[in-house]
Amino acid sequence: MIFEGRAWLFGDNIDTDAIIAARYLSTTDPGELAVHLMEDIKPEFPGLVAPGDILVGGENFGCGSSREHAPLAIKGAGVSCVIAKSFARIFYRNAINIGLPIMECREELSGIEPGSDRLKVDLEQGTITHLRTGRVYKAEPFPPFMQEIINRGGLIEYVKARVNPAK
Amino acid sequence: MNQKNRLDHGSASNNSTNHGSTHGSTMVEKILAAKSGKKRVAPGNLVNTKVDLALGNDITAPVAIKEFERFGVDKVFDPEKIVLVPDHFTPNKDIASAEQALLIRQFAQKYKIKHYYEIGRMGIEHALLPEQGLVRPGEVIIGADSHTCTYGALGAFATGVGSTDLAAAMVIGEAWFKVPSTLRFEFRGQLPRWVGGKDLILYTIGQIGVSGARYRAMEFAGSAISNLSVDGRLTMANMAIEAGGKCGYVQPDQVTFDYLKGRVTGPYEAVYSDDDAVYEQIFSFDVSDLEPQIAFPPSPDRVRPVSEAEGIELQQVVIGSCTNGRIEDLRIAAAVIKNKRVHPAVRMLVIPATQQIYRQALEEGLLTTFIDAEAVVSTPTCGPCLGGHMGILASGEKALATTNRNFVGRMGHPQSEVFLSGPAVAAASAVAGKIVHPEEVAR
Ligand code: SF4
Repeated sequence: MIFEGRAWLFGDNIDTDAIIAARYLSTTDPGELAVHLMEDIKPEFPGLVAPGDILVGGENFGCGSSREHAPLAIKGAGVSCVIAKSFARIFYRNAINIGLPIMECREELSGIEPGSDRLKVDLEQGTITHLRTGRVYKAEPFPPFMQEIINRGGLIEYVKARVNPAK
Repeated sequence: MNQKNRLDHGSASNNSTNHGSTHGSTMVEKILAAKSGKKRVAPGNLVNTKVDLALGNDITAPVAIKEFERFGVDKVFDPEKIVLVPDHFTPNKDIASAEQALLIRQFAQKYKIKHYYEIGRMGIEHALLPEQGLVRPGEVIIGADSHTCTYGALGAFATGVGSTDLAAAMVIGEAWFKVPSTLRFEFRGQLPRWVGGKDLILYTIGQIGVSGARYRAMEFAGSAISNLSVDGRLTMANMAIEAGGKCGYVQPDQVTFDYLKGRVTGPYEAVYSDDDAVYEQIFSFDVSDLEPQIAFPPSPDRVRPVSEAEGIELQQVVIGSCTNGRIEDLRIAAAVIKNKRVHPAVRMLVIPATQQIYRQALEEGLLTTFIDAEAVVSTPTCGPCLGGHMGILASGEKALATTNRNFVGRMGHPQSEVFLSGPAVAAASAVAGKIVHPEEVAR
């Protein structure tokens, strides 16, 4: 799977409250959640983010409460992929389980102009290319079964396809 | 207690770029490799593994069951490999919890789940599964409960997952994991009297903090562990999650095998870390002079020796939970409290973790000791551990509990406070009415 999109930068320890504030948890609709994505740390963000965009975080992205609403809000905004130096464990699990592609890249992605520079992400190869400079970063590649979970749109759909191959 | 020889192995040498290297693997790496059909795996790798056991309780299983129903299948992957334990709010405390329990009961009947435990046979899941011989070395066990990490004490890879993961595992018998790197903890020396597994793990969490093992496996080793009973080891692995760990484990040895004998049927293969396995970090603690440890509210890493907690007045003492509700814990508590009485200002609750422990405590006369001391003895349940029922605290009250979490409001009112300790300190403090060293009471 290959994604290409504009990059948005976020720092270390972006917690799930920052991603989607608790006051919006009365819905699980990804589209409704997306309207408030990152609102408390970057109020203009919901108006800027567009389908296909890529979020780039630092260490421990998605820490804090285990709410599945956080990856849902990101997915609802049409974000194609989240890259971070490291993810909080439950956010990581939730993201994969709902079919949001995420990638861990230990290297610092430097010199990126947020909102204009574009990245190309290859899940299978585990590479991230900064298109303006041509610089390539190595990340952990996704094994085929993980790509299939993502392709199918999440763990539930993946399992459904496994048990009902005809449908 | 000084922390000696903190050795840093270069973490660069154990990341995933190192597939072709010649160094050995840790126990967890080997189990995950074997169960995912790979020769070897490295920290950071993503693997899809077979699951030997999938567990749910009366809080998490109902959510998983609803998800399960969305799959449109008419059977589970293996009715012998799913365990359902209604332990949190049982015997049911209210109508809502009764409905939840009913859902599990009906699911268990419909899909012929072999290991469904009705109350009367039930126990707190993480005490029950090892006791019933459902945990075997070398296996992969997932549970929709964060303390599933307990089973690492018997040399399994066991970790907590979400309800969606449990639902998927019930259908396909598989789960995905990111291979954790491993922290090794060596405990040297001989434990002093009244000091046990709970004190070792509290001390460790106090040293590394609540996220000190985030994402990592915790390997417990050294002479103090070799000499520790399985009950004590279960207590330690149980609280790996309180350090943020993905799992905690002890490699199987004769103590393990003696425990498994007569419980476990069928073959299993014990798995060990190689001598040249790569650890992210190695901690070495000399525990010969370790004092009993206390975790202060509101976090399990606010740990101090009991001498620095002495004199804190208590209104409630709880001995129980998946951390310290096993027979050894009850024996220790009974030894301390025998022929004494609970302080008039204190309510003491003793909750044997399983029906079998309850019966054994009865036969050994431990329950009589508690009742003579004017403690309350309850049927097995999680009960007050998560502020569910059976001993909720009012505002301003302080409790000392042998449980594993002391967050704000964990046992009741947000303005109540929970201190954590092992069973010896808890029993002694119930008699004294305030936190004391067990020596003060059990002379
Ligand atoms: S005893 Fe407490 S920690 Fe253990 S399973 Fe029950 S609620 Fe969870």
